[in-house]
This record gives sequence, C-alpha cells and structure tokens, in this order.
Amino acid sequence: MKTFALAGNPNCGKTTLFNALTGATAHVGNWPGVTVDKREGTYKGGETEVNIVDLPGIYSLSPYTPEEVISRNFILEGKPDGIINIVDATNLERNLYLTTQLLETDVPVIIALNMMDEVQKSGDKVDAAALEKALGVPVVAISALKKDGIKKLMERAAAMPDERKGYTVLEGALAKQLETACAYYEAEGVTSPLFHAVKLLENDELEKARKGAAETLEKASGGEDLEAVVADERYKYISANLATAKVKANKEALTKSDKIDKFLTHKVWAIPVFAVVLFLIFHLTFSEDLFFIGAWADLAGTPLPTLVDLGLASEAEGEVVYNNFGVEILAIFYDGAVFSPGVMLTNFLNLFLDHISDGVITLMQNGGSAAWATGLVGDGILGGIFAVLGFLPQILILFMFFSILEDTGYMARIAFVLDRIFRRFGLSGRAFMPMIMGFGCSLPAVINTRTLADEKERTATIRVIPFFSCGAKLPILVACGGAICGMVGLSNVDIITYAMYAFGVVTAICAVLLMRNTTQRGETPPFIMELPAYHLPTFGNLMIHLWDKTKHFVKKAFTIIFASTVIIWLFSHINWMWRYVGDEAMDQSILASLGMFVSPIFTPLGFGSQLNDCGWVFAVAAITGLVAKENVIATFGTLAACIAALGANVGVAPDAISGIEGAGDAYAMAAATGITVPAILAFIIFNMTTIPCFAACATAKAELPAGKFRWTLLFWICASYITGSMVYTVGSWWWTLFIWLAVIAVAVTLIVLRNTGKFDILSVFGRHKKEGK
Amino acid sequence: MTKMLNDFAIGECGVIKSVGGEGRIRRRLFDMGVTPGAEVKMRKKAPLGDPIEVTLRGYELTLRKTEAACVEVELK
Repeated sequence: MKTFALAGNPNCGKTTLFNALTGATAHVGNWPGVTVDKREGTYKGGETEVNIVDLPGIYSLSPYTPEEVISRNFILEGKPDGIINIVDATNLERNLYLTTQLLETDVPVIIALNMMDEVQKSGDKVDAAALEKALGVPVVAISALKKDGIKKLMERAAAMPDERKGYTVLEGALAKQLETACAYYEAEGVTSPLFHAVKLLENDELEKARKGAAETLEKASGGEDLEAVVADERYKYISANLATAKVKANKEALTKSDKIDKFLTHKVWAIPVFAVVLFLIFHLTFSEDLFFIGAWADLAGTPLPTLVDLGLASEAEGEVVYNNFGVEILAIFYDGAVFSPGVMLTNFLNLFLDHISDGVITLMQNGGSAAWATGLVGDGILGGIFAVLGFLPQILILFMFFSILEDTGYMARIAFVLDRIFRRFGLSGRAFMPMIMGFGCSLPAVINTRTLADEKERTATIRVIPFFSCGAKLPILVACGGAICGMVGLSNVDIITYAMYAFGVVTAICAVLLMRNTTQRGETPPFIMELPAYHLPTFGNLMIHLWDKTKHFVKKAFTIIFASTVIIWLFSHINWMWRYVGDEAMDQSILASLGMFVSPIFTPLGFGSQLNDCGWVFAVAAITGLVAKENVIATFGTLAACIAALGANVGVAPDAISGIEGAGDAYAMAAATGITVPAILAFIIFNMTTIPCFAACATAKAELPAGKFRWTLLFWICASYITGSMVYTVGSWWWTLFIWLAVIAVAVTLIVLRNTGKFDILSVFGRHKKEGK
Repeated sequence: MTKMLNDFAIGECGVIKSVGGEGRIRRRLFDMGVTPGAEVKMRKKAPLGDPIEVTLRGYELTLRKTEAACVEVELK
C-alpha cells in the first residue's frame, strides 16, 4: 500500500481534506517522543487503497518547532511515496513558500489547490495549469469543504512516478554555493542531497551537526549570511511566477471578515466582548439556572415552582422522589429553574446510568447475592465509572465551544488581545485558553496546551491548570465553605467560594512566575502568528474532533479510573483480617487505618494530629480525592454517617446552612473532630492545589515532555502543602505571617540574584549549574 | 525615509528594507514572509497597545513590538 504525506500551512483546510480523504478510518496517535498528534487513515476511493499521514500544519521546514522537525523527519526518513501539498489559493504567496522547500526533496509532490471556490467568489482568478507549468509538478484544483476534485487529485497522485529529482528555485542566485554543498552531501550518500544542501546554506542547526558540514558551509558561503538571501529568493521566485497564475480583482470595500474583526478586536470593546463570550460558554455548560430565569422570577416576587411544589414529586429524607417516569424526564430540563444545555445532557445521561445501576443492584439483591458483592458492584464499580462518565456531557460541550472558537479564528484574536497581560508572567497570550478551560475541567484544558509552541511554556501551563478550580472541586468548596459559615455564623457561602477561586488564581500566577524564573526559565516565546480569516466552523470537522476526545475519555474511565475506584472501595470495606466491613463500621477498614497512619503528615495544615480520634476522616477524604475530586464529598457523606454511628458528638448544624449541598455532613465532621476554621480553609486549599484527579494526571503525563511528570507530581504536592500550611498557620497565629513573608523574601532574593548571575545557588551544595529539570 | 516597524502609525505602509534579530526570531519572520522587498501595512494595535497587526503578502500577521523592532521599513 502506498503512503502519502499530507503537508501544508496551518489554516489552509488540511484537516478538512484529511477528513474528506480518510473518513471513518482516521485514527490519532502521537509522533514518537513528542506530544504532537499523528493522524493517519486510509483513502478507499481509488483503485487501490492509499495510506494517508497528516503532517502537522507548518509554514516552513526550519528546525525550530517540534512540528517542523517532525514533518521534516517524516518526509526525509519516513519514506513516503509522495507528498500531497495542500495550498490555500486565497493566500498563494505564503503557502507556496513551503512548496518551494518541499520541491527540493527527491520525494514526488502533488499540489492540491484548495479553496478555489472562495477565490472565484471574491472575483480573483488562479490558473492551475499555469502553476503546474511553472512548478513542474501536478497541480489539481479542489475544494476540500465541498469535496470537489478530490477523486481527480488522488488519481493523479497515484499516477505519479516513484522517483523525482529535487528542484530548487534558488538555482539562479546561489548556483555556485549550492554546487559545493551538493557535492558534499552526494559524497556523504544521503537521500535528497539538494534539500540538505539548501538547508545548510540557510545555516540550519540540524544540518550543521553533521561531521564536516560546518566546514562545507564555510567553503560554500565564504562567511556570508545566506539565510536572508535564501528566504528572499524564494519569495522573489514566487512573486515572479504568481504574475502568470493569479489575477487579482480590484476591491477596496471592507470584507465581512474585516467588519467582524473591527468589532472583536476593538480598542474598548474587545475585552468586554470576550468576557461575555466566556461567560456564555460557562453559563451554557454549567449553569443550573439558564439566563437566570429562576433568579429573575424570584426578584419579581413570583418564584418558579419546583417539581415538589407542583405536586409531581415528593421529598422524603432529603431525597426527591418523582411520581412517575414522565416527571423524571421533565426533571432533566426543569426543576424550579430551567437548566443549561450542559446540565440537561448531564441529567439525561445520569438518569440513564442511575437506572442501569439500580437495575443491576435490584437484580443482585433479588438473586440473593452477599452484601459485599452488591456493594462492590453497585457502589464500587458502577458508582465509580458512572461518576466519571457523568462528567462527559459537560466536558464535551465545553470542548465543543472551545473548538468553535478555534475553528472560527476567534481564538487567535483572543491571544492577540491578551498577549500583553500574559507576557508579564513570561507566557504568551495563547496560554490563556487552557487556563480558563481549567475552571471547567482540567482534562480538555491540559489537551488544549498543544496550541503552545514552547515546551517550557507548555510545562508551566499544565502544572498550574489544576489551580483553576474545576467543576468537580466546586462541591468541596461549597460544602466546606458551608461548614465554616455554620461555625462562625455567616450566612453567605458565596463569599468563601469566590475567595477560594481567587486564591487558586493567585497561586497559579505566583507558581508561573516562580517556574519561569527557575526550572522553566526561558525567554518569553516569540509571538509571530498568522491571524486567519474568520470563517464558519463546519459541523463534520467539529464532530470528528469531539469523537476523538470522547474515545480518549471513555477509555480512561474504563481503565485507570475503573481500577482505582475498585481499589479504594475494597480498602474502605475490608479490614486487615480481609473481612468485609459495612459502611457503619468503616473505621475498622484498611483505608481508615491508612488514614490514621498518614494523618500526622497533615498536622502543619491543621487536619492532622491535633484533631481527636475521628480526625483521620479528613486524611481519608483527601486520599480518595486523588482518584477523583468528587470522591472527597462522597467520602464526607459516608464518613459523616459512619462517625455518627460510632457515637461521636456531631453537634447540631445551624439552620442557615441547611440549604447548602453537603454542608451538613461537613459541619458534622468538623464538630466531631474539633477542626478549626483555618484548618478547614487549609483543607479546601490542599484539595484545590494538590495532585488532580487520576484522569487529569494521566492526561498530563501524556502531554508533558518525557520525564517531566514525576517533577510535576512533586510540584503539586509541594504547592498544596506549602499553601495549605501557610493559610493554616497565618489563620491560627497571625504573627506567623511575618515568618512566611521573610521566607518568601529570602527565596525571591536568591532567585533574582541567581538569575542576574550574582549568586549560584547550586554551588552551595557543591554542584555545578545544570540545565533546569 | 526608513522607520522601524514598531514605530508605524496605523494605516502607514512601506516596503521592508532589512530584517535583524536573533536567529530563531529572524528565521520565523522570514518564514512568515517578512523579507526585504515585501510590502507591509500597519493594520492595528491590540487594545493594550501591543502586539500589533500588519497586512503582508495578502494575509494578517501579528507580532510583538519587540519583534517588529527588528524590521526596518522604507516608508511609502
């Protein structure tokens, strides 16, 4: 089977063409050693099947970005039978720059001239035949979006001869220098000698690494800087050839794209507009009161009735029981307020999953299975998997919105607008998106860091994403915040919740500043970027994109998360004698004794040894949170019942917090353990900034450069431990603030001194300065 | 009259005369079509004054002022 590589600029319709060619056969992997997607698929429309490898979108084959190096290596060493170079006809000049480089290899090339329909619409003309004559390789006009010309493209690609001799447009200007360089590479016996020769003249680092290459360059160039000459000559050649191929219509009027752009990047409106867009995305995904209809009705004095008020459901022991299945369906969409689409989908999926798990449990109980088996299957296995799957709808919707922003070209403008702010922290404007996505879910956020070109910037960003408190951490904030309210007699839990969110953001900023000045030190990555024309996203591409993510997520849910929930369940229901212990005797379980064993570690954070006999519950909750943050509150529920059953004094929760989800349990645990307010705050902060859930860890491991994951885990542990103990000690004894400030001042001074070269920290330990880890 | 690209006022056009800068940035500028002889027009500044957006070779390019300071342009 022949293999063709698909190469082209970003935003030239490459993904659309790839999807049109390969359809359902496409699959995504990773290029060896780097986290750039490797997409492959089979084209079945011709006489014989053809394998298509989608190279990353690139502007050039320079050695500076991982995408360019991957593409270059695949073309030169992956032995493709040909390159399909997709060229955006609306932007020929810059697109052909890459083409001139591809032509220098000995690999057969065919050009797919895309977006010809757009060109015609704007009244311009591009002559494919003239282009073919000028470039000496087949040129086929296509429209990837409308699937026009694809069959012809593949027919001509299949008919290409197996061999082609490299050809360069630099012949005229650099003939003599090229001859010297070519002779060297031919003697070395490499494939595509011309390509290597031109790269060498461009002063290419990868080429200069070869033995004898630097001397050859010296001989060929005579010390002259040819890099500018090469780039210049390429464009000169393209301009000269364009004259025959492109006829531009006269136009002065603003295009639609210009008009949209004027508004979206407006001096005053840009940032407010963006804030509204962002708010809408989160509102539509997570809100349980769509467009605040319920809140408005409350204000107007006519609150919307809940299902209980309507007599369609009844409340018993805090649980709502629906009268019939029809009401259950209604509850997906409405219960005292209209839900957002994200919540509706979540409710729908959960309804479905709940019925499955109820059915299975009933079936097992009727069949006379043991209590432990029912518990393991119902609470352990199904409960664990379904808890994770339950997040899928919201993650997908969030991802869909962000894909739309990316596909329409708005994301690039956001980076443009925000770059100035982010540069202060040593990041580029692009880092904003993954961070803000973190408020929804860390998983898509971590995956989104792929848009960052700089490896260190990407590492720093991935590490702080968990600090942007995700949806699953919100219940911890609310329940613990509610407990604090109950203890100090506040009634407004919102203030505590917002304060915690803000604390997370401040921690993230400090952590980025710290990393960019120490281990992830590097120049602020350059920001030289194309702002693509605005266009509507296509439904097909969006769906393919989402399907990729879904597969990824579901696979995780059924492997890592499945295993971990089973293990946690087993440990919390088995004692050291390997006997089953029920929920009410959980303090006998292995997990509880592990909790008692590790809880002294949390003493500086206020929820360790200073608590009474029941104090281990907080340690256990924090441990279960490592699997999934939802577990923290789920564990609270179980443990609160458990310590009440053990006869501890759980106090009486004040009425003010009765309406806050989970606050009752948290209050009971606080009363029983004697934990203080600063310690509860430290507990929230610890959970917020520590190692994120299993799924996020697995994603981070996949996205981080090799070897960085271990350090990242350590970073999270340190971050949560330090911030947690800082809040606890300062909250308990205000004067410790001065100690912390002094420590911070010393650390900052040392880092500044080291970075300005006045002091070598590592020399204190008798080590030499090494590259950052 | 020549001017650095970062000093351009909105709406000003010119022809690029030379491109300086350190290896990686210079190469990136070349690859994006910022080469001597290319026509460039200053389109706008970001709301916070930096980066800037220019039209070049028929498309929109954004770059920071520090990077634009490497590009010398002959004013038209």
